[in-house]
Amino acid sequence: MAGTLTRDILKGPPPPTDRGGDGGSGLPFGPGANRRASFTGLFVLLAASTMVFAAFTSAFVVRRGLSDDWATMPKPPILLVNTVVLLVSSFVLDQSRRALKAGDRAQFNLWWTGATALGIAFLAGQSVAWLQLKNAGIFVATNPSSSFFYVLTAAHAFHLLGGVAALVYVDVQAWRLRLGPAKRTAIDVTAIFWHFLDGLWLYLMLLFYVWG
Amino acid sequence: MSSPVAHPAHAAPQGFIKRYVFSQDHKVIGIQYYFLGLFSVFIGMALSLLMRFHMVNPNVTVKWFSWLWPTAAAGGIMTPELYLSLMTMHGTIMVFFVLTTVPQSGFGNYFLPLQIGAEDMAFPVLNMMSFWTTFLALVVMVAAFFVQGGAPLSGWTAYPPLSGAGRITGPGEGMGQNLWILSIAIFCGASLMGAINFIATTVDLRCKGMTLMRMPLTCWTWLVTAILGLLGFAVLLAAGVLLLLDRLAGSSFFLPSGLYISDQIITAHKGGSPLLWQHLFWFFGHPEVYIAILPGMGVTSQLLSTFSRKPIFGYKAMVYAVLAIGFLGFLVWGHHMFMSGMNPYSALAFSVLTMCIGVPSAIKTFNWIGTLWNGKIHFDTAMMFALGFVSLFVTGGVSGIFLGQPALDLYFHDTYFVVGHFHMIMGVAAIFGMFAGTFYWFPKASGRMMNETLGKIHFYCTFIGVYAIFTPMHYLGLAGNPRRYSAFTDVEYLGKLIPVHTFMTYAAYFTAAAQIIFVINLFWSMKKGARAPVNPWNATTLEWTVPSPPPFDNFAGVHPVVYHGPYEYSVPGAARDFIMQTDPPQVQSEA
Repeated sequence: MAGTLTRDILKGPPPPTDRGGDGGSGLPFGPGANRRASFTGLFVLLAASTMVFAAFTSAFVVRRGLSDDWATMPKPPILLVNTVVLLVSSFVLDQSRRALKAGDRAQFNLWWTGATALGIAFLAGQSVAWLQLKNAGIFVATNPSSSFFYVLTAAHAFHLLGGVAALVYVDVQAWRLRLGPAKRTAIDVTAIFWHFLDGLWLYLMLLFYVWG
Repeated sequence: MSSPVAHPAHAAPQGFIKRYVFSQDHKVIGIQYYFLGLFSVFIGMALSLLMRFHMVNPNVTVKWFSWLWPTAAAGGIMTPELYLSLMTMHGTIMVFFVLTTVPQSGFGNYFLPLQIGAEDMAFPVLNMMSFWTTFLALVVMVAAFFVQGGAPLSGWTAYPPLSGAGRITGPGEGMGQNLWILSIAIFCGASLMGAINFIATTVDLRCKGMTLMRMPLTCWTWLVTAILGLLGFAVLLAAGVLLLLDRLAGSSFFLPSGLYISDQIITAHKGGSPLLWQHLFWFFGHPEVYIAILPGMGVTSQLLSTFSRKPIFGYKAMVYAVLAIGFLGFLVWGHHMFMSGMNPYSALAFSVLTMCIGVPSAIKTFNWIGTLWNGKIHFDTAMMFALGFVSLFVTGGVSGIFLGQPALDLYFHDTYFVVGHFHMIMGVAAIFGMFAGTFYWFPKASGRMMNETLGKIHFYCTFIGVYAIFTPMHYLGLAGNPRRYSAFTDVEYLGKLIPVHTFMTYAAYFTAAAQIIFVINLFWSMKKGARAPVNPWNATTLEWTVPSPPPFDNFAGVHPVVYHGPYEYSVPGAARDFIMQTDPPQVQSEA
């Protein structure tokens, strides 16, 4: 599952096609540069998102340790279902990229559509989780634990909305047979972003179930 | 029509809207940021003049005050709350929409791609969105003046409980504070978009031969500033979300129990920590200081070398000093909180780390002086402002050494000494960096030279003016004059200091008036200035190889190749006293 992902992270994007000159490293023109810049931009974005969640986490830890009003929040069981859905979506997404590497466009389209549907299903599942909490009388202001639960899951869902938008974009391009070589960057960037959100979710679940 | 050798990757858009309003051209976006900053700096300056007027004339009736603020200045006299709201908006607008915006997003957007030999920023659409998001943030911020209760009172640092408990804490603490937080959150988003663009562009779009160690120091400072913005604004965004929830959703992240405000016990919140906000805020807030000043350091390095006709002294040391300042900048936020009741050992650690920043800062200053030493110095206005930057940086930096020590901060905390310190180093030094950049790059961006006589008059008036405003503040701080007071008439020992305030107020009027010279020079030179040649300063970097103003795709389809470092001035044996970065190597050996 993580094969392509680890390879992308460890090896980075493919090298530019034209090197040379006087010790220079850059190649500002052509699709190779766009692809490299897209990867750099993506990793910079991931660093920013990591900082947002690191800030929330440090607030979480400090706020929890500061006063004695922290009450453990009952977690809606659907969270576990959502976790499985998100994990499977990542797996399906990688199946899709594997199919593309094998040159099987039809399989790619199917798997990718599946991953997109699972992503939307996760968001729907999260909405159910929030509704269940609301019906149980647990709101943002109820307790710091619920405040942090809403903030962190909402921030994650906000990121996920962006991820789903990217998935849908690639999917539409794929079904309209517009998946040229330049779109491979969009596929890879979307997939890495999606895996990141997957890992982020696991981290959040750990935080909620251990400390929340 | 079509060139057989090379052609632009994308043609210039024709329509006015796409070309000048929703433009994706980094040069247009850079100019848009510049003018957004210019607009903001005049709002910020007007607010400071109102504050300075009120401090020395607290009981003088001004008719149009009551017209501007029918409630907050009823009868033509400002309330202390109105004074605080002016102070809050002055700080916020200056820090975010001037100091953060112009040196990085303005100059950086225009000149980073040109200096590294790229056609544009890496993500032009994102770049456009980044500007318009900043614009939206400014609109939301200014809107805070016009809602019920007016602008917030809690300062640019928005400390809770004042900023979190709502309308009950003061007139501006209702919708005004909400808009303030919203604007800052939007601004954080815009800055993150900008940072992504700056980093990706610098890492991936350098032209052939432009190794990292051949980048002009301006590019290095823009890169490090982008990294600081990326990490800092992400944290501020998170903190802003939590503060907004405390206000709107009734959560208790920052608000403790038992608050007693305006004869009322606040029962809606309990268990939160105002100090948590301070930690999150200053984790952003301290790097923010470097976001404001680093690009100015880059411009100063560039100009001192160019106008001394000497290579920058210790290029590598300059690069490592910038990296060290950026890194250490994230470890010292606690020095803003010495008085918060923190563990004295923590304070000691923060203090030692703060002193450590003095080392790379001193390296930079030493190298600037080393660059000037024995140089053939050309005193153009741009150079004057760069020298002014060094002067202000040293003056402001030295007072930082005082404030960085807990034992001294105990006394100086919340006095005018602090106000003098940060205005010198973060405010005026950075502004001098912007003036230097303006005079240096104006010919490239507009195709015309700025007027040197007006420039010199403006420089001397501003230089003398800012020292006259901010030097006495250190004295006031030593005398124990607290900051944030709207008037000093009711306290006996402060009454004796009023003449100093009066002097500073006149100095502020004078300095503000001198800025009119700059505005006249700027707009007059755009229309009537002498035509600028391609390389008026005989500088070496890539932006001086293209026409003034540069064509839409910067290098007109030609892919520049770099063979030299950015500061090869007065190279022995060379034909001219400068070697362009793009000069082929044989030019050097021939000579």
